[in-house]
Amino acid sequence: MIIATLAFYLFAIMTVASAFMVIAARNPVHSVLFLILAFFNSAALFVLLGAEFLAMILVVVYVGAVAVLFLFVVMMLDINFTELRQGFLQYLPIGALIGFILLVELLLVVGGWSLSPEALQLETTAKVAVNPEFTNTEQLGQLIYTKYAYLFQAAGMILLVAMIGAIVLTHRQRAGVKKQVIAEQVYRRPEEAMAVRKVEPGQGV
Amino acid sequence: MEIGLAHYLAVSAILLTLGIFGIFLNRKNVIVILMSVELMLLAVNINLVAFSSFLGDMVGQVFTLFILTVAAGEAAIGLAILVVYFRNRGSIAVEDIHHMKG
Repeated sequence: MIIATLAFYLFAIMTVASAFMVIAARNPVHSVLFLILAFFNSAALFVLLGAEFLAMILVVVYVGAVAVLFLFVVMMLDINFTELRQGFLQYLPIGALIGFILLVELLLVVGGWSLSPEALQLETTAKVAVNPEFTNTEQLGQLIYTKYAYLFQAAGMILLVAMIGAIVLTHRQRAGVKKQVIAEQVYRRPEEAMAVRKVEPGQGV
Repeated sequence: MEIGLAHYLAVSAILLTLGIFGIFLNRKNVIVILMSVELMLLAVNINLVAFSSFLGDMVGQVFTLFILTVAAGEAAIGLAILVVYFRNRGSIAVEDIHHMKG
């Protein structure tokens, strides 16, 4: 038990500290690297909560795809980051004030809130109880392929639209690049491509 | 000391606040703003998984899966828009983006 408690505090403090460094780091590359650290630590928090599949998905999707995409864009674009840092402290007081008020409110809500014991006994219709016979991955699979099949399909559509959108946005036609145009090749006719010439003996074409 | 639901909710509240604070702090840099949005979505995910675990209800984890999907799509589209914008204008400062008004 003491190990679980220590692990929670370690991962929670690391998550919060690296999230703070994401917004405070001078260099955006460092921001992205701290974002990756925050994702790893929250994946560990998910493991502590018993959601192993989501923890692995978090590492694969966020660290493997999203954070690397951020890193790629930060490094590819030639941006003057010192210029963007100007006015960094201008909004610090108001931002800190709003953040502090929000945090105090949220913590008051979390601290003063508790589940009534009767609510835990209620068998609501929407509740799908965790079944200890199966692993976390099996239970998730049994849910998303049956009860949430349409939502699962919709998630696939969202990813497809995002992929097509990103390609359409960033794709550009460049002038002066030699490229195979299959339609032109198919439409070519023998009359345009070939000509019969009379060549006199002893002369070239 | 037993780690309860409130501990996880506190972590997620702090993460959400840091995300909002990051938007105020880096209001010229779109890339850091997008990263702050990712932090806020991560806070939401921790919230859902904590409730799912402590109430013994799997539906919270299903929702987290869908939020992950939407967050990945949002990051991809946002960064694509950013790349196109940088190609056209040579800058990603937020105050220049009002030129995009129709």
